[in-house]
Amino acid sequence: MIPEIGHFTLILALCMALVQGTLPLIGAHKGIASWVALAKPAARAHLLFLLVAYGCLTYAFLVHDFSVAYVATNSNTKLPTLYLISGVWGAHEGSLLFWAVTLALWTGAVTVFSRSVSEVMVARVVGVMGLVSVGFLMFMLFTSSPFERLPNPPVEGRDLNPLLQDPGLAIHPPMLYMGYVGFSVAFAFAIAAMLGGRLDAAWARWSRPWTNVAWVFLTLGIALGSWWAYYELGWGGWWFWDPVENASFMPWIVGTALMHSLAVTEKRGAFKAWTVLLAIFAFSLSLLGTFLVRSGVLTSVHAFATDPERGVFILLFLCIVIGGSLLLYSWRATQIRSSVSFGLVSRETGLLLNNVILVVTACSVLLGTLYPLILDALGQGKISVGPPYFNSVFIPLTVPLAILVGVGALARWKQDDPAELFRKVRLHMVTSLVLGLALPAIFAPFYSWAAALSLVLAFWVIFTSGQWLVERATAGRSLWQVMRTTPRGGWGMLFGHVGIAVFIIGVALTSIYSSEKDVRLEPGETYSLGGHDFLLKQVSNVRGPNYVAARGTVEISKDGEHLVTLYPEKRNYLTSQMPMTEAGIDAGLFRDLFVALGEPLGDKGAWAVRLYHKPFVRWIWLGAIFMSLGGLLAASDRRYFRLARKARQAAADNQATVGAA
Amino acid sequence: MKARHKRFGFIVVGLAGLGLAAWLTLNALDNNLSYFFSPTEVTENEGPKDHIRLGGLVEPGSLERGKELTVRFAVSDNAHKVNVEYTGILPDLFAEGQGVIAQGKMNANGVFVADEVLAKHDENYMPPEVAEALEKGHNQAVGAKN
Repeated sequence: MIPEIGHFTLILALCMALVQGTLPLIGAHKGIASWVALAKPAARAHLLFLLVAYGCLTYAFLVHDFSVAYVATNSNTKLPTLYLISGVWGAHEGSLLFWAVTLALWTGAVTVFSRSVSEVMVARVVGVMGLVSVGFLMFMLFTSSPFERLPNPPVEGRDLNPLLQDPGLAIHPPMLYMGYVGFSVAFAFAIAAMLGGRLDAAWARWSRPWTNVAWVFLTLGIALGSWWAYYELGWGGWWFWDPVENASFMPWIVGTALMHSLAVTEKRGAFKAWTVLLAIFAFSLSLLGTFLVRSGVLTSVHAFATDPERGVFILLFLCIVIGGSLLLYSWRATQIRSSVSFGLVSRETGLLLNNVILVVTACSVLLGTLYPLILDALGQGKISVGPPYFNSVFIPLTVPLAILVGVGALARWKQDDPAELFRKVRLHMVTSLVLGLALPAIFAPFYSWAAALSLVLAFWVIFTSGQWLVERATAGRSLWQVMRTTPRGGWGMLFGHVGIAVFIIGVALTSIYSSEKDVRLEPGETYSLGGHDFLLKQVSNVRGPNYVAARGTVEISKDGEHLVTLYPEKRNYLTSQMPMTEAGIDAGLFRDLFVALGEPLGDKGAWAVRLYHKPFVRWIWLGAIFMSLGGLLAASDRRYFRLARKARQAAADNQATVGAA
Repeated sequence: MKARHKRFGFIVVGLAGLGLAAWLTLNALDNNLSYFFSPTEVTENEGPKDHIRLGGLVEPGSLERGKELTVRFAVSDNAHKVNVEYTGILPDLFAEGQGVIAQGKMNANGVFVADEVLAKHDENYMPPEVAEALEKGHNQAVGAKN
């Protein structure tokens, strides 16, 4: 009964999305006030129906209703409760439902937090998001309903893929989806502004906090995925340039460009047309990501059963969304003119370069990701593009970006004096060169020019970003006063940029100074790596809730002193009979020690063991955390709230006058 | 500087930058493609000698361990098989009779030296390349018998 209610509310949600996607848009166009007023209640009802449907599916998981095909294929009675809840978004059908719920949540948030936006604009935004939802709900209902029943329900369900049975991965998809779908708000704002023919600073100001929040979710989602791959896939890598990773990384890059370009549009009224285009692309790449991941065209951990019908449907949907918005764009673009000029040395130029570099980077990642698919579709053979391609393209493009980050923020809007700008940064140039070149010579086991260059860049980013704060200390204000008066948007920028520096340090030092070794160890044998001695004490058998495992005891010591004992496991999941490597990791700010069990070798109780010493690997995710914090700070800047308060005030005054009259 | 000159300057710099990026990208792409081949294609010498992804089933009974961490096994598409040598730890889901993709190159003795071995991520999942190679291999084997 409950699954049927779920299915039924899903249909109701589709009906509601149809209302939400048509009437308010028509009303806004024709000036029918009652139709415009429908936007908010329709969006909220739509959200309510989807939440009920989602609750029904979760309930089916919790009570082990194996008559529902999706529940039977993705859970069993031995699965811990956490994974019953996260199992809802663990595979294709449920993750689509989750996508739709997320979209409705964002739409609901727009209806609540948009008091400063005119009623007509909100109606258009909500309408556009409703249309997107119509597409997704139709996809779900026609090709992949999560509520499908089995005629002969099994007594016991199959297992959730053991790789996905992990707390990190339980929250990775929700984060990623919040980010992906969050770009739909910026997209809807851009489309709504084009429909209304008003692309002004106000539109950019409304879009900015939404874009920032979506970007924060996406950043955290990608970082979580990378962290999960590091400890759960068992082989210590943190980024593989896997097509699915790229699928989430491309919207991130374009989203980053969008955040920066929105700043120019808001502050200076420039780059309008470009910003609209970026908003369209950021969301289109999110949709493309969903298509790549869910259609099964990719060989990946994320690819579920291949179903060509689904692929065609998403591809069609993708064409309608991208084609439709570009058509609207080409029709309206002639009216979007930015008549603002700026000098060669100015913050606008800096942000322009930032945008150009980011978009070129996104294009090169897109090329590497789609090239194999295109060749395959043309029957030109099956190829794959390896990580070296992405590294050799991505790294050279990041260098100018890092050089520009701090300086761009220091430059004045409109026109700056190059000599003046140089005077501000010349000291930082020297200090970062000295520090960057010297530190590897003092602390590293061997000198690496790549590491030195990366450190120079990282210090350069930190110092020039810090200079921005120093510049604010004009007219004898103390540092404390400066820090108190700096708006959150400024802090956000600072944190975001420092996050880049931290990330660069992490990536460079980990890639260059990690040591890795696969060795054969018998119990009692020791192997030395990166200044640490790894002793395999024993391997014993243990039993978990739904698996059995061989658990190694590895004692690690440095200079004869015992440091830590790690317990890597080789698990075998009972239902699916799937083996899994659970690495033993000792995490630290400056280095990680990592032990993974391979397989038993021969009769003496020997095991193949993988050992890692990874300096600074945590800094990669630390950088992402810094960036997210920056994004949050920027989104919570007071002026957005002031804007809302002002609008509320105006509305109240209006009401008062109407009342008085 | 006149606005027109400035715009011209922007365009020239922009095009030069894009050209450089495009050159870097295409160059990198060209050097880092690896082509997928089935055991039949490899035995019949249809492919290049390096940058190969070889896919098929691990021939049952072919897995043997050398000293330290070197393993040898044969990858087959049911028509032909290729001997593969790999040093390191095999992925979790590597097993005889299962689909794998090995990445590496052929050596002078006709042994495929893999520097990476990929198995599937899910018990029911077969990489599409392998599935296709097996189908072709099957057809060829059937064709040979008739």
